[in-house]
Amino acid sequence: MRRTPTLIGATLLAAGLVAAGCGSGAGDGKTRITIGLFGNFGYQQLFEEYEKAHPDIDITDRTASYSDHHKNLAAHLATNNGAADIEAVDVGYINQFKANPGQFVELKADVKDRWLDWKWEGSLSKDGKQIGYGTDIGGLAICYRRDLFEAAGLPSDRDAVSALWPTWEQFMATGKQFAAKAPAGAKFFDGGPTVLNAIVGQAPTGYYDKSDKIVVGENPDIKKGWNLVAQGVADGLSAGLLHSTPQWNTGFKQGQFATLACPAWMMAKIKDQAPDTAGKWDLAAVPGGGGNWGGSYLTVPKQGKNVDKAVALADWLTAPEQQAKVFASAGLLPSAPKLYSEQSVAQKQDAFFNNAPTGKVFTDAARALKPQYQGPKAGDIQTELGNAMQRVEQGKQSPDESWDQFVADVTR
Amino acid sequence: MKTDWRERRHRWDTRYAPYAYIAPYFLLFAVFGLFPLLYTAWVSLQERNLIDGDAARFIGLDNYVELLTADPHFWNAMGNTMSLWLLTTVPQILMALGIAQLLNRRLRGRTFFRMGVLLPNITSVAAVTIIFAQLFGRDFGLINWGLELFGAGRIDWQAGTGSSHTAIAAMVVWRWTGYHALIFLASMQAIPTSVYEAARLDGASAWQQFWRITVPMLRPQIIFSTVIATAGNMRLLAEPLLFNPGAGAATGGSDRQFQTAALYLYEQGFSKFEFGYASAIAWLLLIATVAITGLSYLAARRIRTD
Repeated sequence: MRRTPTLIGATLLAAGLVAAGCGSGAGDGKTRITIGLFGNFGYQQLFEEYEKAHPDIDITDRTASYSDHHKNLAAHLATNNGAADIEAVDVGYINQFKANPGQFVELKADVKDRWLDWKWEGSLSKDGKQIGYGTDIGGLAICYRRDLFEAAGLPSDRDAVSALWPTWEQFMATGKQFAAKAPAGAKFFDGGPTVLNAIVGQAPTGYYDKSDKIVVGENPDIKKGWNLVAQGVADGLSAGLLHSTPQWNTGFKQGQFATLACPAWMMAKIKDQAPDTAGKWDLAAVPGGGGNWGGSYLTVPKQGKNVDKAVALADWLTAPEQQAKVFASAGLLPSAPKLYSEQSVAQKQDAFFNNAPTGKVFTDAARALKPQYQGPKAGDIQTELGNAMQRVEQGKQSPDESWDQFVADVTR
Repeated sequence: MKTDWRERRHRWDTRYAPYAYIAPYFLLFAVFGLFPLLYTAWVSLQERNLIDGDAARFIGLDNYVELLTADPHFWNAMGNTMSLWLLTTVPQILMALGIAQLLNRRLRGRTFFRMGVLLPNITSVAAVTIIFAQLFGRDFGLINWGLELFGAGRIDWQAGTGSSHTAIAAMVVWRWTGYHALIFLASMQAIPTSVYEAARLDGASAWQQFWRITVPMLRPQIIFSTVIATAGNMRLLAEPLLFNPGAGAATGGSDRQFQTAALYLYEQGFSKFEFGYASAIAWLLLIATVAITGLSYLAARRIRTD
C-alpha cells in the first residue's frame, strides 16, 4: 500500500488540472474575475468589500513588475489568449494600446464627468473609443529625509524646505549645500533619470507634439532640464541609482539619498521598500510647481470570458468613492477632481511621512497640473532618456555625446 | 492465402513500425517547431504590429535589409552575443574537463560531489540571476566588497562592456559547468584503465595522460557539449534581462552594452510591438546559430585522436 499516497497525489493533481482547465467559475458557482496589476494599487480591501456585496463574484489579482506586466499584456493580446479580465495600463503604455482599440471593450462614456478631462482623453482612441477608466494620477512633490537634512545642517521643516527650492536651479544649489556637509554615503538625489522625469513631467510639451511627431530633440524645456541634471551629476549630487531597480530599493534601506521626486504612487513604494524609515521622511513642494508623472487606467480586454462583470468591477473600482478609499489607504492621488475639495482627501496626513499634509500637497499639485500630451511610444522614449542620463552618471559619455545619441536613437 | 497475408503483415511491420514509433516526435516537432518557424518567416516579411495583425502589410525583405544595412543596434547585439558565446563556452568546457578529472578519482563522498555539481543546473535561472546581480552590485555587492578588501577598487559591473559580460558569463558558466562535467565524467569512466597503465609504463606524466589520452577519448562528448553550449548561448535572454531589472531591462544596459540578439528581439517585439521586425531578427539569429554551431563543431572535431 505504499503507493497509495502517490496515487492520491496524482489524482488530486489531475483533478486540479481539469479544474484549472475549466477556467472561471468551476465548482462553487462563483464567477471568477481576474485582474492584472503592477506595483501597488491599494485594492486589496476593495476586493473584499466588492466580494461581500456581490457573493457571486470571486476576484483574483495577479501582480507583476511594471515592465513585465505590460509586455505580458501585449503578448496576451497578440495571441488572443491569457489576458486577465481587467488589465491595468500605465500612462506610459496607454497610447500603444489605444492605437488598437479593437482589442479592448469600449467603455461607456456616461461616467465621463468623474475624471479630469485630460485623464479621460488619455485613454480615448483617435476614433473616439474609450478603452480605460482612470485610476490615479501622479502629481509631483519632493520626498526628503529629515534626518539627513539635519545632519547636513539644512532646515528640516517642510515649509522651510519648500522655500529652499522654488526652481530646479535652486534645488541643485541646495544639493551643493547638502553635499558640502552630507553624512558619509548619502547623496542629494537618487539618480539623474528620476529628477529628469519630474522635470519632463512639468513641461507643457513632452516628447511628442500633438500630431504625434517626436519633438524631444528640439524641446527647449527638456534640454534645459537635461543640462541642469547633468550638471548636478557632475557636482556629485547623484547616488547614480536607476529608479525601480533592486539597487535603488537597497538605496532606501541604506539611506543613500536624501531627496526623491515623488509622484503620489512613489510614496507607496517607499513604504513598501523601507518600512524601517517611517517618520524619517517628509514631503515638500516640487520645484517649478505642478507636473505629472505616471498614473494608470483599468482596461477590459475583449478576449475575457466575463466581460460585462469585469466592466462593472472596473467601473466600481474607479468610482470617486473608491478612489477616495485608495487615497486613504495607499496614498494614490485620485483622478476624480470632485474629491480634491473633500475633507477626507484634502486634509489627509501621512504618519509615515512625519504627518505631512499629503492631502493638501497633492490636491494643490493636481490643481496646478497642466496636462501634457503623451505620444504613442512615450514609455520607450522615457526609458531611452533614462539610459542616456545613466551613461553620463556611469562616466561612459559626456552629456553632449549622450544627448546626441539619445536624440538619434529615438528619431531613427 | 492466410500465411501469405501474415507474412506480408510481418514484413510491413518490421519495415514501417519504426516510423510509427518515432512519428510522435516529428508530429510534435511539426506543430511546435516547424509551424512556428515557418510562421515566423512569413511574419518577418511583413510590417506588423504585435497586437494588430489585421493591419499587417507585406514588405518583402525590407526588414532584413534594414537589419543588415541600417541598424547599428542589431550589430551591437550580435557582437555582444559573440563575445558572450566565447566568454561562456570556452571556460565552461575547460572547467568541466577539470572538474570531471577531479571527480574521477577515489575521494570521500564522491556521489555527494558528483550530484553537487549538477545543483546549479536545476535551480531556477531567474533566482540565480537575481542573486548574481546582488553579488555583482555596485555599492553593496559581495564581489566588490572582496575586491576592496584586497585593495582593488570597486567596479560598476553593469556599466562597462567587459565587466558586464564577465558578470553574465559567470552566471552561465556557474550554471552549466556541472552539467558538462557529468557528461565528461560518464565517458571518462568508460575509458579502459589498461590504456593508462600502458602509458604509465611508458613513463607518461599525469598531465600527459590527461591531454594525450583523456581529452582525445572524450572527443565525441566535447563536440556534443560545445554544440549544446553554443546553441544555448546564442539565445541568451534571461541572464542579461534580469541582470538589469527595471523599466529599461530590455535595452541591456544604458548603452546596450550587454544586450544580446535574443534580448534585442524581445525589445523590438514586446516593448516596441514591432512583430515583423522581431521575427526577422529571430530568423537571422537562427541562421547565425546554425553557422556558429557548425563552426564550433568543426573546431571541436580538430581534437586529435592520434
